[in-house]
Amino acid sequence: MSRRARLLILGPALAGLGALFAWAIAGLPAFGDYRGPYGFVLNRVVVPLRHTTNVVMGTTFDVRGVDTMGEEFILFAAVLGVALLLRDETRSREVERRTGRLPNDAVRLLGVVMIGGCLLVGLWLMAFGYITPGGGFQGGVVFAGAILLLYVVGSHRDYHPFRDENVLDLLESIGAGGYLVVGLAALVSGSAFLTNLFGLGTTGTLVSSGSIALLNWASAIAVSCATLLLFAEFLETYVFPLDAEDAAS
Amino acid sequence: MSYLPYAVAAWICLWGIAGIATSRNLIHLAVCLTVTQSSSYVFLLSVGYVSHGKAPIFIGTKLGSTAVDPVVQALALTDVVVSVAVIALILALALDAHRLSGTVDPDELVDVSG
Amino acid sequence: MTWIPPLLVTIPLLAAAVIAGLDHFMPDRVQDALVIGVSAATTALAFLLLWDAESHEVVHWFGGWQPRHGVALGIDFAVGPLAAGMCAVIGLVVTLALIYSLTFLHEAAKLFDSLMLVALAAMCGFAMSGDLFNLFVWLELMAVAAYALTGFQVERLGPVQGAVNFAITNSLGGYLFAVGIALIYARTGALNLAQIGSALSHGSAGGLVIVAMTLLFCGFLIKGAVVPFHLWAADAYAVAPAPVCAVLGGVMTDIGLIGVARLYWTVFSVPFGHGHAAGDVFLWLGIVTAVLAGTMAFLQRHLKRMLAYSVVCHIGIMLAGIGLLDSSGLAGTELMFLAHALLTAGLFFVAGILHVDHGLIDELHLRGRGRGCWALALAWLAGTLGLIGTPYLGIYLGHGLLDAGASRLGRPWVPALLWFASALAGAALLRAGARIFLGWGDEDDPLLGKSIEEDPLERHVLRPLVLGVALTAVALGLVMSIVPGLGQRAEYAADRFRDTSGYAARVLHGRPLPPPQSLPVSIEHTSLESLLYGSSATFLGLGLALVGLYRRRLPGAVSAVAGRTVAPPIRVLRGLHSGVVGDYVTWIAVGTAVTGGVWALLLHG
Repeated sequence: MSRRARLLILGPALAGLGALFAWAIAGLPAFGDYRGPYGFVLNRVVVPLRHTTNVVMGTTFDVRGVDTMGEEFILFAAVLGVALLLRDETRSREVERRTGRLPNDAVRLLGVVMIGGCLLVGLWLMAFGYITPGGGFQGGVVFAGAILLLYVVGSHRDYHPFRDENVLDLLESIGAGGYLVVGLAALVSGSAFLTNLFGLGTTGTLVSSGSIALLNWASAIAVSCATLLLFAEFLETYVFPLDAEDAAS
Repeated sequence: MSYLPYAVAAWICLWGIAGIATSRNLIHLAVCLTVTQSSSYVFLLSVGYVSHGKAPIFIGTKLGSTAVDPVVQALALTDVVVSVAVIALILALALDAHRLSGTVDPDELVDVSG
Repeated sequence: MTWIPPLLVTIPLLAAAVIAGLDHFMPDRVQDALVIGVSAATTALAFLLLWDAESHEVVHWFGGWQPRHGVALGIDFAVGPLAAGMCAVIGLVVTLALIYSLTFLHEAAKLFDSLMLVALAAMCGFAMSGDLFNLFVWLELMAVAAYALTGFQVERLGPVQGAVNFAITNSLGGYLFAVGIALIYARTGALNLAQIGSALSHGSAGGLVIVAMTLLFCGFLIKGAVVPFHLWAADAYAVAPAPVCAVLGGVMTDIGLIGVARLYWTVFSVPFGHGHAAGDVFLWLGIVTAVLAGTMAFLQRHLKRMLAYSVVCHIGIMLAGIGLLDSSGLAGTELMFLAHALLTAGLFFVAGILHVDHGLIDELHLRGRGRGCWALALAWLAGTLGLIGTPYLGIYLGHGLLDAGASRLGRPWVPALLWFASALAGAALLRAGARIFLGWGDEDDPLLGKSIEEDPLERHVLRPLVLGVALTAVALGLVMSIVPGLGQRAEYAADRFRDTSGYAARVLHGRPLPPPQSLPVSIEHTSLESLLYGSSATFLGLGLALVGLYRRRLPGAVSAVAGRTVAPPIRVLRGLHSGVVGDYVTWIAVGTAVTGGVWALLLHG
């Protein structure tokens, strides 16, 4: 189809979809008028039953834990997929003419400070995920972002230890597999899959919420390693030629 | 005011689809796909909002006070991870397309058809 | 045996994690054994679950979150015999594909194996899940694995194009589905399918529910490659490696239809089930898909692309069966799924072997080269006859049940159209078989478009193994029509599946099933009409194949007339399947808007 034909067909189609959306929105309850029982019941029930003050994380890792298991494996599959798609060895790319280090000292200083800050925030989000806002996924991504800052601020040589795929693959599998093992442990002991079997501890402290804490950490490890692996795959397509150059210079 | 968030979500969705259908660059297309998906986050989170409700985190807040729906927040979290996965794959494919044919224009990337 | 459903998902995922993580420490042989073993074990567990699900609904509430006072808090897997049967066939096809790929794929084996196991787990989870958002999660998981597997041969542009088209169209479908979830959640405040159905039985079902239904179903129809959402399928299946095509085309596309059926009969039959309007849209979409895809199949020369259109054609027939909203129709779809999955997988395997043997995948280039490979020729012929529906082979019983349902509803023209479409797709495959294995036909045919050739993945495979796998798949698919007792059990499974209020009672309140009557173990009879239809379709397929082979020898006047009438529509059809993803997304927007509009007109008020 020519572009004009495509636009001529797309316009009315989108207008039709817009009309359908408007009709649906007219039937929605007003913004702020949430009526359904699901959220209200969980807000009342999760804290006393699971001793976790962050009801969103309680929902994510316990009540709807299977969704999160699937989600973790979506990220896992995406990492495998990107590795599969970018695996071609005989790449002949134009070498990117970039220097090894950023020339601007102010930016480098700011970056170094940010790395420390992001690392701490990431670790805090992971560790306290089931008590205060945060969680394994959010913390894992912030943590991985802090490590990527190393590449931006330093050179690829500083970043190199964090590109080691053997270690990262293993850790990511431990994280993803760990989630499954916690669930299977419940199944093997006779309860339903992913039942919260471990001691529930005291609400509001780090020792609380039973298996939610374990699942939180498992997903934190899996997500940070998966994100680092993704960065590693993409960076390899740019950094690889520079390695040879640096060796020559 | 009471229907504005939903209208915004619908607007985002429609323009995202328009962007995907008319894009000339795979990377731009991946971003349009993310934009379309963000309309689903806006829908989900607007649906779960409770007037004058606080976050469903009960440390410092008394248990039993009005809080918004935690379920849609968990759903939106999963949605975000799905979006990351898909955009990673499409960007990897864009890199491959550029390597093989020198272009990232989806209109030019036609090897099989009919 | 409520401990089985989570295992069907967990065991493959755990194995995938182990393979991906320990790849550098695990020897190849151990990895191969682990993959095949896990896949076979999952299939065996699925069969065990099938046997158990006959007598009661196997419901597993995750995390121990049982429903309280009829309100579901947790996520459940609710498995009846239909869902368990799907899991069993999925496991079977994936296991066969993994055995096939043992010597077929040497590079990136760890990535391939892990992704196939992830796809297996996701498809089983999708078949079993009783929660709306959980369905979305498994849908996206199988999609992500599929996009990557499609783009396996990254040295060529074709796979990249196919994977891009696949990824963009199906992701868009998933996001439309997510918006639909938000809308239906606003209306009902629940995510459990049984509970949404109960909630919709109070109050009116106005625009919100109709639009949510449109978005939810269109998301699944995009996955299920139904017209006008089907354009990505041929691009993707043409370029994926043969074992991946077997899984994608054999089971993954079909599972979108099972999602449609599940969603309809647990949720939307409550407000809209008293009329036929909702189902009629599916019926018509199915018929149009079947006929259009059958025609497109006939216009192909690339074997895998031809098979892709054959898959879409049968999807159309199966969707029509669902759209009849009748037990026989649904039972027919079930049986067709079982036979079609195995036969299609077998034919993709044969195409893969031809590709490896001769380095060619184009029907015209392969002309005559298959002479002497009697095993391959037999497999191709048997598979094709099974897919046409020659009486008592392959999909015949399923199609026969579908015919019974259609005539019971007073729509005798439905079977005629569907058998015609089946014949068209079969004609294409018969023509290709005759040209390749017998050397018949002209050397060139401009009707079939220009050549698309590609290199095979491997040149050295363990031929007895891959041949054995292909023959096993075709043989299993062929006998589906004559397995004693299968027809009756399929009808019972369909009855259970369609029982909306019974499902809600069993899932939400734990009410036990009434004890089933014992079912006869005999080959189900089909009507005389079905026998006639099946035989005519076979002859029509043979006739069209001969016309396709010897088109030049038709008398000049006939050719001229045919050329004038048939050429312009063919040009239009070809132009629509342009390979450009922007066009595909445009048609998705059109399809969603039109489907929504039709349902709005038919169901409002």
